[in-house]
This record gives sequence, structure tokens and C-alpha cells, in this order.
Amino acid sequence: MSNADPRDELVEHLPAMRAFAISLTRNGAIADDMVQDTVVKAWTNIDKFEVGTNMRAWLFTILRNTYYSSRRKANREVADIDGVFTESLAEKPAHDGHMQMTDFRKALSELKDEQREALLLVGASGFSYEEAAEMCGVAVGTIKSRTNRARARISELMGLKDDESLEMTDDATMSVISSSKVSSF
Amino acid sequence: MQLGQNDDQERFIDENLRRVYEETVDEGIPDKFKDLLKKLKDQEKNNGRQQ
Repeated sequence: MSNADPRDELVEHLPAMRAFAISLTRNGAIADDMVQDTVVKAWTNIDKFEVGTNMRAWLFTILRNTYYSSRRKANREVADIDGVFTESLAEKPAHDGHMQMTDFRKALSELKDEQREALLLVGASGFSYEEAAEMCGVAVGTIKSRTNRARARISELMGLKDDESLEMTDDATMSVISSSKVSSF
Repeated sequence: MQLGQNDDQERFIDENLRRVYEETVDEGIPDKFKDLLKKLKDQEKNNGRQQ
């Protein structure tokens, strides 16, 4: 056995990979299949991973390639608006007590794949614009405009166009947010 | 370029986004993934392909 097998690190990235896959596909079953495929590909191609570079970025790249190639193969939209993801989301208000998150998830699911992906990579997964651009094989400016368009579209879908609607949402959301681990700044 | 209200919106969106994401991350991973990793590891051992 060699001393540090980079594959030992794989398991740490699984929850993030799964979260990304679920957000991308909006379907829990498809997402899990994709993550499994990605794990097998990563395992068997570990020699292509450059030790010392960002493994999560590498894994996410494989994951999104898996997604887009399977989507091409199927030659149809795999996205399932009424699928597992959206359904499980609809139950959430009962737990956290505000419609906010349901609306947000719905808006998120209505974005174009490319826009949602860019927003997830930069806004949620903590990648830089540069990293996201490399992962998606596009220019940095493309990622920036995709995230901007994604945010604008969400604002539009949620009716955040003016100040009053934003105020309306604040109290409940902020209290939940500040009490959760999301408050990372 | 974007000031004031847009910053609020951006923050609002990103906070929600992270929250959605963290919720899924916190669900953890189904056992099948750990089983899969174990299977891959075992398979390799049996093939005697360690470097």
C-alpha cells in the first residue's frame, strides 16, 4: 500500500456531491445514480487526479460531465419538476414554518440547467468564478453572467423586484438563517 | 455596477441557496455509497493491483 491514497478522501466529498447532484437533476434517484457513477469513474481514474489540487472540483467536474452526457444520451430532459426533490421540498414549510424556502426551491428548480449549475457552484458550493469556469469548460465571464442571470431570474420568480417584498420575507428567514450554520460570514 | 437593493437581493438569494444546499449535505449519504467504496477497495485487493 502506498502511504496516502487520494481515494481515501473521496468519502468526505460525497455529501457535497450528492447535494450538487440533487440540485442539478432535481431528482433524488437520478442524483444518486450519478454520484455512484462518479465514484466509480473517480476510483478507476484516480491516476488522472493531480495530488495537491482541489479534489472536490475534480469530482464535481466528473459529476457534471456524467450528468450532461447522460442527458444527451437520453435525448430528453431528465429534470423532474414533480419528482422527489420538489416533493420533499413541499413538505418543508411544516417544519421550518415559512413559505419562503418552498418558493425559493421552486424558483431554483425553474432555472435553466446552466444557470442553476453556475449559481450552485459559486453561491453554494464555495467555488471561485475561476474554478467554476474551469469545471464547466467556459470563460469566467460566462460563469459570471450565468450567475447574474440566475439571481435575476430567481428575484423575478419570487417577486423580489421591489423593497417591500424583500422586507416581508426578512424576519422569519433571518432568524432561521442566523441560527443555522449558514451564517458563514 | 450593482448597488444597494441588488446587494440585498444577492445576499438573500445566496443565503437561501446555502441553506437549501446545507440541508441536503446534512442528510448525509445513503449506506450504498459506503458499500460501493468498500466494494471497490475489496475488488482491488483481490486483484492484487496495489501500487
